Amino acid sequence: MMRNAGKILQNFNPSQFILLSILTSAFLAGMVLPLFSLFVKAFQDSSGVFVGFANYVSYFSQPALFHSILNTLNVSLTTSVISTMLGFAYAYALKRTNIRFKSFFRYAALFPLFVPTVVHGIGLILLFGRQGILTELGLVMELYGRTGIVLAGIIFTFPQAFLMFYVTLHYADGRLYEAADSMGCNALTKFIKITVPEIKYTLLYSFFVCFTLAFTDFGAPKVVGGSYNVLATDLFKQVTGQFNFNMGAVVSTLLLLPALLTFVADRMLNTNNYCEISTKAIGLKVHKNKLRDGIFFTVCFLVVSFFLIFIGALVMNAFTNFFPYDRSFTLEHFEFGRAAGGMQSFVNSISMSLLTAVFGTLFVFIYTYLLEKGKGMKHLKRLGRLLSVTPLALPGMVIGLSFIFFFNSRSNPLHFIYGTVIILVLANIVYFYAVPYATAAGALKKLDKEYESIAESMRIPSWKVFSKVSVPLSLPAILEIFMYYFVNAMVTVSAVVFLYSADFKVASIAITHMAGAGNMAQASAMGLLILTVNLLIRSMYELYLHSITKRRMKKEE
Amino acid sequence: MCYLKAENICKQYAGKAVLTGVTAEIAQGELVCILGPSGCGKTTLLRIMAGLETADRGKVIIDGKDCTMLPPAKRNFGIVFQSYALFPNMTVEQNVLFGLAQQKQLNKGQQKAKVFQVLALVDLLEHKNKYPAQLSGGQQQRTALARAIALSPRYLLLDEPLSALDAKVRARLRLEIRKIQRELGITTIMVTHDQEEALTMADRIIVMNNAVIEQVGAPRTIYENPASAFVANFIGTMNFYKNYTSTFGVRPENIELTKNNLSGNFWTGKVSALEFKGAMIRVYSKLHDNHEICVDLPVEKATTLALKENDTVYLRVADRHLIQYAEVPKAV
Repeated sequence: MMRNAGKILQNFNPSQFILLSILTSAFLAGMVLPLFSLFVKAFQDSSGVFVGFANYVSYFSQPALFHSILNTLNVSLTTSVISTMLGFAYAYALKRTNIRFKSFFRYAALFPLFVPTVVHGIGLILLFGRQGILTELGLVMELYGRTGIVLAGIIFTFPQAFLMFYVTLHYADGRLYEAADSMGCNALTKFIKITVPEIKYTLLYSFFVCFTLAFTDFGAPKVVGGSYNVLATDLFKQVTGQFNFNMGAVVSTLLLLPALLTFVADRMLNTNNYCEISTKAIGLKVHKNKLRDGIFFTVCFLVVSFFLIFIGALVMNAFTNFFPYDRSFTLEHFEFGRAAGGMQSFVNSISMSLLTAVFGTLFVFIYTYLLEKGKGMKHLKRLGRLLSVTPLALPGMVIGLSFIFFFNSRSNPLHFIYGTVIILVLANIVYFYAVPYATAAGALKKLDKEYESIAESMRIPSWKVFSKVSVPLSLPAILEIFMYYFVNAMVTVSAVVFLYSADFKVASIAITHMAGAGNMAQASAMGLLILTVNLLIRSMYELYLHSITKRRMKKEE
Repeated sequence: MCYLKAENICKQYAGKAVLTGVTAEIAQGELVCILGPSGCGKTTLLRIMAGLETADRGKVIIDGKDCTMLPPAKRNFGIVFQSYALFPNMTVEQNVLFGLAQQKQLNKGQQKAKVFQVLALVDLLEHKNKYPAQLSGGQQQRTALARAIALSPRYLLLDEPLSALDAKVRARLRLEIRKIQRELGITTIMVTHDQEEALTMADRIIVMNNAVIEQVGAPRTIYENPASAFVANFIGTMNFYKNYTSTFGVRPENIELTKNNLSGNFWTGKVSALEFKGAMIRVYSKLHDNHEICVDLPVEKATTLALKENDTVYLRVADRHLIQYAEVPKAV
């Protein structure tokens, strides 16, 4: 018995344990308890009596509501297939061909990530709507409804698919292709025997991610959905229109399904080591092929041209009196009306995003550090890792609704954060947690695992290793997390749509309202402001990366 | 006198025994090499002595005191890892100073003086303002060593300290580490899988295999009288000859080879391959009973004999060079 006690003490650091316990409790309170109250609501009637599956039965017996599920499946499936193919082609162009302007194409592909999804819808309206630029030129289509949702979904999910393929293709082992060449394989054989196995996991993963994003998106269907109902817009109507919170909870649980499915698929696929990259892998030399380059250049060119026309449409609408009829320059649309939230909503967005970035980054990095480098605490760490990846499965609206149920309850001691910026920041931190966690864990895993042992042998306290070694060495990852949180908090609609208050509106919501009121010029102007701030933050990050690469090269001279 | 002792250490990982009842004693001031193939448990034993891992059973005794449960920070050792684990964002000087700066009993001047002293010892004074990335592999290794001895630890642990280096640098650093160790008189345990490293550097060698100790002894004893077939095969080269009753071992340099018929007890064989090894030529010959025996000949001798493949040769071994074993080891 004594021995066991001693063993635990030796492999144990009380301050680490206390900190990890506090942060885990915060995680439980900020995610698990709200989700729990949401699930409970799905099985209760409006007076709080347990009714079993009655809510589900009533949901599925209403044809209008049930039809939404089919609609949602329909648009998500179409979106994810097209996005995945387009994302692969685009990434292939940048990694496996000799086209020019690669770095321009790379950055240009990310543009949709820097504006709220409502803005994708607005851009489409400006191009293809009843008075759209391309409609006037004769390109007529019925935008509102399925077409609009799918197009907006593609714009929104394309960069995600592209990034996944870009990373996979980047780490491919060029030696395999050289070996195939030496055996006289032709291009098609190489593609089928080497490239396809390389990307098959990413192919599935990209499909699932795009599907989940399209399945749960609210912004685009809200503005271009017309009468085509999807689950996200249903959820919004149930909650804000009919105050039917129990039905809202039911729809929320349905929104969780694709992520759950992804999780199961991921588990099944992961049994076979996902893409083990040899450390000796060498880069791929791309052979000359004019035809191939021509085709892929055209793909990239078309995608980027579309984005540029898209941004052009926003700019024209934001800066002219009444495009396309009155093209005189004006700044009047930047004087946002009070009703939609005014300029204050933009300022609010920035302060909310800054707070999200600061506190989110602090929490993610410290928590992940304890999970990766903490001594002992096996069970607590396993729980922490599970909590850290769960947000990947949570749609923003589900988090929002669960926060209403949890924090709006009078008996909750944290009730005071309801309706303040704090609850918005909290929702954002939880909603976007999974990617920063992966970034932090990846960076920390790359650090020599003996730093802590060395430090202990030199009697250096663990907080000092953290602040003097781990933090400086992980600075690029820390800033990446900061940027990710900031940009995403700026653009999210779904995480905040249930939680903002009349006193604290944010820009993405303001845009939704402006678009709803038909004021496309103001919506475009606000969209451009968000885009500008996000590009600014991104450029600062890129400049910093550039400067440390330069400094590192100098150090190695 | 025994200074450091691991007593009856047992350790399992996920049901697999890594150490089973290992007992090792290290005397004050000596350099002991723990030698063995990868996965034999040698690094785990070292980490248990450091307190970086906890044994399932057994005791670690330092200077007569039971330190089994003592955390690493209280054990007063220095350690060098295979990866060196130098802090890449600090210069050589800052790396060494990082630990010293915690020693509140030393003032800034004394800390600085100590840094200079150890850097001079490993001959890195002129590089003190460089970052690890700017150093050669050997210099990084010496920085790690300087950092490990800066706090004047009571014992030093080296975990495969040279295996990331080129052959030439490695040979030079062996001498250098040995010299510094002697100068400081510091008790040192070094883990390695390189038999040559162990033979050249150690006062004593602990040979491990499959979670147990196979043999402990001075390098020469271990080479000349390997206690088991495993040790014989792992350190240097050993020919094994099995007859009805038992297995004999003989080192290739201890076999006499001629092209003329010999008197007395001898083997007859056919040369199957010749291998040029620089100062030596290794002759592989096949006996009638299909045993393959290799013999090391000085190049000069081999030239005189004008050996070719398929030549018939006669091999003879003096009785004192024959070692008897219970079994033939599996290939290492």
